[in-house]
Amino acid sequence: MTGLRYVYAVCRPFGGALKAQLTGVAGAPPKLLPHHDLIAVVSEVPERDFAEGPLKAHLEDLDWLAATARGHQGVIDALTAVTTPLPLRLGTVFRDDSGVRVMMEAREDAFRRSLDRLEGRVEWGVKVYLDAEAAEAARAAEADRPQERAASGRDYLRQRRMRSRSHEEMWQKAEAFSSRLHETLSGRAEDFRLHPPQNPTLSGSAGRNVLNAAYLVPRGSSEEFVEAVDRTKDDAPGLRVELTGPWAAYSFTEEHEKAEEHEKAEEHEKAEETAKSEEPEEEDA
Amino acid sequence: MTVVERREIALVDLLDRLLAGGVVITGDLTLRIADVDLVRIDLNALISSVNKQVPAPWGELE
Repeated sequence: MTGLRYVYAVCRPFGGALKAQLTGVAGAPPKLLPHHDLIAVVSEVPERDFAEGPLKAHLEDLDWLAATARGHQGVIDALTAVTTPLPLRLGTVFRDDSGVRVMMEAREDAFRRSLDRLEGRVEWGVKVYLDAEAAEAARAAEADRPQERAASGRDYLRQRRMRSRSHEEMWQKAEAFSSRLHETLSGRAEDFRLHPPQNPTLSGSAGRNVLNAAYLVPRGSSEEFVEAVDRTKDDAPGLRVELTGPWAAYSFTEEHEKAEEHEKAEEHEKAEETAKSEEPEEEDA
Repeated sequence: MTVVERREIALVDLLDRLLAGGVVITGDLTLRIADVDLVRIDLNALISSVNKQVPAPWGELE
């Protein structure tokens, strides 16, 4: 069986050891692949499951995807306990160690910049939900039809106006609460990202997701950050706050966009160089 | 209002980060971003079908 290399994260050398029995994606133990002063955390995965075609097909299998995502996250979590990893997106696969090394070589400067930026920081996820009951009322109001038979056109309009008013008030309240919360939390965080609200059917959570934010917080201030979230327990009936974390800084790795632009620029330069180097040959010919 | 701290990470939160976050590297075999977007769209239907415990509502694809 040929093994491919699944890459979880890039990090700096760390002192602590990973749990001996730690397994990652596909049940294989992660190993450390050093490259200069960086380490790629990789594990061997079977080609029959992780080659491009099978991987694409598997991603439509929810059980497979869930198991793979949990395997990936297990390794990232273990790394987060001993260092600050730079997590890679799910499904980053190379043919062999040397493929991983080539990638590390090409990107090491960008990796170092990101690792410096994220060193000692974790990500906290904060979501605000409009409770199921409140959301239900909002949905009912959204549905553009009377719930009780209106005696007249005027009644109908009055009912509709009242419903849409209470609907609007509820959303305004939820939005006002969310922006207050976001203001408080972003004041305690170094950076934040506002993710699109989660689809209620996708999340399976009761209620409607109003705010879906990620905050980058130094480890040392995490306790205070969590307390600040906790303090939002004052009266905001119909709203629910959900906290997840600490995560590795998945939402704050965007340096890659610049890196890709940089790469493109490099490719462009190379292409020009190639063109230039070809020119004399043409002249010669 | 209540603050809920979940012990078990919900799959949707996990996928929010693993499929939308993290460093994107175009490796020899890495999924292209467009592929992942497609996967996310398919997941909408897939996960909602699991939640509702009914056969996959492929007709409801967004």
